[in-house]
Amino acid sequence: MRDDDPIHDDVPEKTEERSGVSRRGFLKIAGVSVAVPLVARPEMVWAAGEQVPVHGPGKVPMEFTINGKKYKANLEPRVTLLDALRDQFDLTGAKRVCDRAECGACTVLMDNKTVYACSLLAIEAQGKQITTVESLMQGEKLHPVQQAFVENDASQCGFCTPGFVIACKAMIDKHPNPSPEDIRHGLAGNLCRCGTYDGIKKAIAQVGQKGA
Amino acid sequence: MSDFSIIGKRTAMVDAAGKTTGAGKYTDDLTLPGMLIGKILHSPFPHARIKRIDSSRARALEGVVAIVTGKDAPNPYGILPVGHDEHALALDKVRYVGDNVACVAAISEAIAENALELIDVEYEVLPAYFDPEESMKAETDLIHENKLHNIEKDYHHVFGDPEKAFGEADYVAEGRFIANEVTHAAMEPHSTLAAFEIDSHTGKPGRLTVWSSTQVPYYLQHKLSLVLDMPMAQIRVIKPLVGGGFGGKSEVIPLEIIAAIAARAAKAPVKITYTREEVFWAHRGRPRSIIDLKTAVKKDGAITAVKARVVQDGGAYCSYGVVTILYSGALLGALYDIPNIQYDGYRVLTNKPACGAMRGHGTVNVRFAFESQLDEIAARLNLDPAEIRRRNLLKPPCVTINGLRVQSYGLPECIQQVVERSRWKQRKGQLGKASGLGIACSHYVSGAANSIIRSDMPHSTVNIKIDRDGGVVVYTGASEIGQGSDTMTAQIAAETLGCSLGRVKVVAADTDLTPIDIGSYSSRVTFMAGNATLRAAEQVKKQIASAAARKMNCAPEDVVFREDKVFRKGDTQGQSPTPLEPTQAAVSVSGRVEGQILRGSLQQKRKEEGQKYFLTFEEAVVAAIDFHGALTGTGSYAPPPEARGGKHKGAGVGPSPAYSYSAQVAEVSVDEDTGEVTVHKVWAAHDCGRALNPVSVEGQIIGSVWMGMGQALEEEMVWKDGMLMNPGLLEYRSPSSTESPEVEPIIVESVDPEGPFGAKECSEGSLAATIPAIANAIYDAVGIRLHESPFTPERVLAALRARKGAKPINLTEGVDPTAPRRFREHGGALWFRGKGPERHPLDPARREAADAGGDD
Repeated sequence: MRDDDPIHDDVPEKTEERSGVSRRGFLKIAGVSVAVPLVARPEMVWAAGEQVPVHGPGKVPMEFTINGKKYKANLEPRVTLLDALRDQFDLTGAKRVCDRAECGACTVLMDNKTVYACSLLAIEAQGKQITTVESLMQGEKLHPVQQAFVENDASQCGFCTPGFVIACKAMIDKHPNPSPEDIRHGLAGNLCRCGTYDGIKKAIAQVGQKGA
Repeated sequence: MSDFSIIGKRTAMVDAAGKTTGAGKYTDDLTLPGMLIGKILHSPFPHARIKRIDSSRARALEGVVAIVTGKDAPNPYGILPVGHDEHALALDKVRYVGDNVACVAAISEAIAENALELIDVEYEVLPAYFDPEESMKAETDLIHENKLHNIEKDYHHVFGDPEKAFGEADYVAEGRFIANEVTHAAMEPHSTLAAFEIDSHTGKPGRLTVWSSTQVPYYLQHKLSLVLDMPMAQIRVIKPLVGGGFGGKSEVIPLEIIAAIAARAAKAPVKITYTREEVFWAHRGRPRSIIDLKTAVKKDGAITAVKARVVQDGGAYCSYGVVTILYSGALLGALYDIPNIQYDGYRVLTNKPACGAMRGHGTVNVRFAFESQLDEIAARLNLDPAEIRRRNLLKPPCVTINGLRVQSYGLPECIQQVVERSRWKQRKGQLGKASGLGIACSHYVSGAANSIIRSDMPHSTVNIKIDRDGGVVVYTGASEIGQGSDTMTAQIAAETLGCSLGRVKVVAADTDLTPIDIGSYSSRVTFMAGNATLRAAEQVKKQIASAAARKMNCAPEDVVFREDKVFRKGDTQGQSPTPLEPTQAAVSVSGRVEGQILRGSLQQKRKEEGQKYFLTFEEAVVAAIDFHGALTGTGSYAPPPEARGGKHKGAGVGPSPAYSYSAQVAEVSVDEDTGEVTVHKVWAAHDCGRALNPVSVEGQIIGSVWMGMGQALEEEMVWKDGMLMNPGLLEYRSPSSTESPEVEPIIVESVDPEGPFGAKECSEGSLAATIPAIANAIYDAVGIRLHESPFTPERVLAALRARKGAKPINLTEGVDPTAPRRFREHGGALWFRGKGPERHPLDPARREAADAGGDD
């Protein structure tokens, strides 16, 4: 293309020099790569009378339990749980819509409580049980909440659906027979632009009657 | 109804399960090996000349692979052939805060973001225009050099003799209505992944594949070809799942081209996904509109003339603007019988993000004004608001004064239904203090009869292939965006072929695989792609019928397809003379031939068997493939010439092969202390011709009412000096589950003579009725006429207090929401005390600031 432009050749070469792998290879293994200098232990500083660890700004090793499986990655401490799930572990069910805890499309469970994965640092999710929408199917069968969504036309474009499914599952676990008020409250943290709230409410009512 | 086995049945969407499990993939869920992340540098100024861009510091940053600017792809483009005024990245000028200046492709999002900070751009700030009526007076510093007075386009239509009709009227209502700007706010941010294959002969970038969140993959392919100077055959556009469009993805959004430019420069796949703030800047929503409306009536309520002057604040680029301003005038017709119409429409450029198409494209704001004014007229003439609408019905089949052909017309029944269901006659005016009912009607096109690129090409083409095992694959270019396009396609194919829905697989919206379809916009898919599917299926069916007829010893016309079986006519009604379970028939084909020893292959047995009373679908397919070879069919749809409208300038927009109709009653209460309006229930009757899938139709009606309610009560893009003040999902308030009125969708079926199985539009038309229905209900509740949307507590309270003569609430710039004069710089309670960029000398805000001796 533009052979006079240094940029096209420069950066990949630099990467190769540094890591001994091609840029493509580097990208593939980024995250668990030896190419990234690891910080073995966090630096400790004194703050407010006690010693606190300082992580970063470079990548630090982290360990997660997601859907019952162990995951390891080297991530910058600023990386959110949502970005870790989507970019590192290829769990793309939770969606990035607002990235600032407004819409609930990224809802996952942390120790069985709903959290907005976009507004939680991955580093804080270590040692917790993270549950994403990908784990809800029971073998070949849809989870009762998912089945009820299908039967009640509770999704149109579907982009908010994984977040709603998780929020509904959490609510049904807590209130097996939810009142209309429970449903209103339980769904208040999630937005849908297609206007499928009616279908979602019917779906929940159906699960409440049948039992999850 | 019972004639159908699949049409009209409540059917779950064919892709629903994948959406609930997270398995369904949207563009941003995709990755490719070696993929880079692109980030775009946006303009901080509403109007400025770019003097210099220096990206050397950014290029030096480790992990940055490519930086592209306007020079890397200088060809202009735009969705309309008359509006090629955009560049993917600005060439010489930026025209709104958020305009695209440069793009960085880097190995991570964080590095790309850091690199943006290191790009040095020198701007020469130019005076900017924010108010369309001021912008129309501009002589200098034009937004586009070739658009005099910053007017993108103006149209002046006169049908009949409006002057005479106004002279002879018994009563003339007149008023100015203002509808503020709203945006789609689809959940899925725009996202594009672009990758070049390396050409094995030349080693240079070769074929381009683009995965994009789009409603119009074929337009994207066309514009990519234009901007990148590549033949279309070298470009493949694939539409993965789309997380909502509502019109916001019905044209080419800059990132879709920028991703490809960056991928070419970086020699690696590049993905760009907008942040939520960038989605608001990309916009293309419904323009702020000033509507001066005048209606003449006779004493009995018959409308004799309408005169409308509409000014749309179109933003900095043409986008769909010419179409929007034409729809606003054209759709004054085809709802009621209006013998005389005068329309003056001005699409004006301002230094804000471009407006485009949004659900109910062009009709919504004018319908708000018209239906509100009709309610005022009814009150004045002491007529029931439902009755005045009945007195102005069309008498189809007919062609309206502005050239729109109306055939099926379910409006009378829609009105009847909502009046009955809401117990309108008993309850209107009887709901007690501060509660009320309001009625309004609307309509919309079932696709445009003339495509935006004028040609005789069919608007939709569909291919069908049937495999030897009876599996049906439908290849359609129609874009599923959540509205149920794939399900509709599968239903029509299955119904026509008389096979089960489970046999049908839909392959959609991949420019390499699927035949051309102009896209999912203006509610055209069911009518046009549906008709194309029907025709393709009928073509295949003919081949199967001729083979089956030979097997059953009858004429091909006498072959009937139903429920996975193929019968002789007369033997049908679901029963064969010798009742046999289809499965039994399939496994023991020749068992019914008495005295024969069964030997040889299944086909041999069939040959020995002689005449049959019915075949299973698989058997019929095998017979057809054995006879004809591979079983394929093609169908296409072009709107008939009679439906394409008149000959006047601008006549191309508005005509449609069929119109949907809607009537709604809203029940509201108003808190007179806070000004808060609560919608308790909306009865929404919609004439969709025939409901192919009632559950989907209801979902679309409810969704439209929701979005209309948002525009009626809360949603508003708030501007200050060209800066969007509320670019977030909480600040831009769309309704949530907590503001949850019950919506009762009522399906009215007028069975259109040209629609597939009689079906027409169902996803947009309802929206336009919701806003005036709520406005009219507010009047019924508390006696105030709001002429400016949305009806926020602030506006309602200001109007209530003014009416009572209580201490007034001064809205910004002293606006009276019952008689607004011009746009306010910011509509909500937000105050902006920043200095802002230089205003144009003509802008009154600048003059006022100067008069007051300083900036606020």
